[in-house]
Amino acid sequence: MNFSINKSYPLWFLLPAGLIYSVLFLVPTLMSFVFSMTWWTLVEAKFIGFENFVMFFSESSLNIGLRNTLIYAFVSSVGKVVIGFLLAVLLTSSLRTKDFMRAMIFFPTLINTIAVGITFSILMHPSMGPINRFLGMFGIQGPNWLGDVDMALLSVALVDVWKGLGVALVIFIAGILAIPSTYYEALAIDGGNGLHKFIHLTLPLSWPATSAVILLSFIGGLRSFDLIWAMTGGGPGFATDVVTSIIYKQYQAGFYGLATAGNVVLVVLVLILALPLQKLLSLQEIDL
Amino acid sequence: MIKTVLRLWKGIHNGRSARAFVALAVFASLFLAGCSRVDPELTLAAGNAVPLDGMKAVIAAFTAKTGIKVNLELMPGGQEGDNLLKTRLASGDAADINLYNSGSLFLALNPAENFVDLSKEPYTGSVIDSYKATVSTGGKVYAAPAQAIAGGGWYYNKTIYAKLGLEVPKTWNDLMANLEKIKEANIVPVIGSYKDSWTTQMVLLADNYNVLANSPAFGEDYTAHKATFANTPAALRGFEKLAELYAKGYVNKDATSTTFDMALKMLATGEGVHYPMISFIGGSLAGINPETAKDIGFFAQPGDDPNSNGLTIWMPNGLSVYKQSKNISAAKKFIAFYMSAEGWAVNFAALKPEGPLAIKGIKLPEGLLASVMDMLPYVESGKTAPALEFISPIKGPNLPQIAVQTALGMKSPLENAEEYDKDVQKQAKQLGLAGW
Repeated sequence: MNFSINKSYPLWFLLPAGLIYSVLFLVPTLMSFVFSMTWWTLVEAKFIGFENFVMFFSESSLNIGLRNTLIYAFVSSVGKVVIGFLLAVLLTSSLRTKDFMRAMIFFPTLINTIAVGITFSILMHPSMGPINRFLGMFGIQGPNWLGDVDMALLSVALVDVWKGLGVALVIFIAGILAIPSTYYEALAIDGGNGLHKFIHLTLPLSWPATSAVILLSFIGGLRSFDLIWAMTGGGPGFATDVVTSIIYKQYQAGFYGLATAGNVVLVVLVLILALPLQKLLSLQEIDL
Repeated sequence: MIKTVLRLWKGIHNGRSARAFVALAVFASLFLAGCSRVDPELTLAAGNAVPLDGMKAVIAAFTAKTGIKVNLELMPGGQEGDNLLKTRLASGDAADINLYNSGSLFLALNPAENFVDLSKEPYTGSVIDSYKATVSTGGKVYAAPAQAIAGGGWYYNKTIYAKLGLEVPKTWNDLMANLEKIKEANIVPVIGSYKDSWTTQMVLLADNYNVLANSPAFGEDYTAHKATFANTPAALRGFEKLAELYAKGYVNKDATSTTFDMALKMLATGEGVHYPMISFIGGSLAGINPETAKDIGFFAQPGDDPNSNGLTIWMPNGLSVYKQSKNISAAKKFIAFYMSAEGWAVNFAALKPEGPLAIKGIKLPEGLLASVMDMLPYVESGKTAPALEFISPIKGPNLPQIAVQTALGMKSPLENAEEYDKDVQKQAKQLGLAGW
């Protein structure tokens, strides 16, 4: 095979992009692998082999952190997929207020995450928060959303779903609108009802959108930090610590080498989970 | 000036004028004389994290009195400031006078090598012993306390105490009895602000007087990894005390959602009776409710023995003189002025103290907060001990979270103490301490 035929541009056209990519992404990534094996004060670094990794894995809150990371990624991505999909079906129908509703659901995406976190931690205050006061009007004793050790992580995931729903919705709407209308017409001629339409056409044929949402929200959930930090700071105690918040606290304490080792672990973790997931999802795709 | 010299030199060189030569000679001699006669100018480096209104006022008064100018150099706070000061000391470039932490951070600067011995200065004699211990090596004192002491203990509502007929507790059991009565009166006995997890540490940190009363060598042994929180009963007590408060229902139910700011409001408005905290919130409380200036008192966290009741204190930053300074005597003069009754009067006029001084015989100004007045007897009677961070450089980064875990009873006090002992290993290793 002769490659030169397909080469419409000389190779050095890649140089600027390659340079930027190497300097900003490749070099730091490689350097973080190096620094993860050092005792590092930002000024000087001393090579200590894998000691940082040993220390990172012996961190007592790491068990909680790993478990929470997985729970959080799973819950928030399932929430976005299920609610996002149902809303997308609703908002691609002939509903009159659909444009307004699409905008409403998309708005939270535009707000700064920290602002969302702080706002919700006030809204969710057990006695003074508007949410529990509202529930109180119906005689319901609302939970201590963020203060209850068993509840806090789910509360944050709930807010994450609320905030991330807009993006999922947009992708789903695009996916559903991309389904050729001829399929629906055929189904209508065969006498299928609305439920048939949903189960046999919309659901399977929007799979590319679904898999994109699953993958994006799952990876997003794995490396989520800002919302959790703004709402609970990883607390109460270590109850909502995730891998990223553990790493952040190590940076804060000045353990730079250790924290960098944590980041390397996180990269590996995301790769281990996300690559097979992507593979699995792409196997399910159907050609339109 | 250089231009003038060059012009004169040129004149001589051209052999044009003998007058130019004379002029140059006169100029040079004047210049040299001027150099030796100019008053020394001092530099004073201070971290920007603490309020410096008092310092600025003292500097102005000192310059007015002696004609010696003092230039205040602002340094970054925290670890960045530490690194900068260490670099400056090492490169011979530090300020003449440095305002810096006392305790283990100061001792880490190797005072004997870098600072001038202040043991023989007249004011050092009246500095309290527990302060001297935090700025001394080899029996020599290297810094003078430049600010007020802060105490770690319990703020309490005097009005509610009077109404319920309670007395300031001398033992932990007395305190528990008080809390029980307050609980029966349907008031929140202890305010917990566990949402800001750093505030949860207070019961642990403020117990150090009691720890040292029972195990005087705990600080050294802890640093050398010979003693741990889990294997020292007196140190473990702090964890047990923290857990007891919540387990017995003395802490507000929404403590995990309560922030530091909310806690201040609760204390200032009488919604809660006690708040364990370092004594720097008096001003903020009075800002929320002026009544608190006399309503809110303060007592040390009691131990188990009524005869040993004292206050854990946070030592003030100290002034020290750089050994390689060219103006050592002027610098000493400044510190002597700062530590004099006159200096403190100027200082207090600019910044009202929120605690007693670490120096005896200086009159505090009128109109201090009740909580500050309550701290004075402990210091005057010498019943104080420094917080652990002043005797050991090791503090684990996760103490706030472990404290919350302890307070909520998520794990037993012993398990939490063990977890904290493990947490400090990271710090000890980072510091490169022996025995870890």
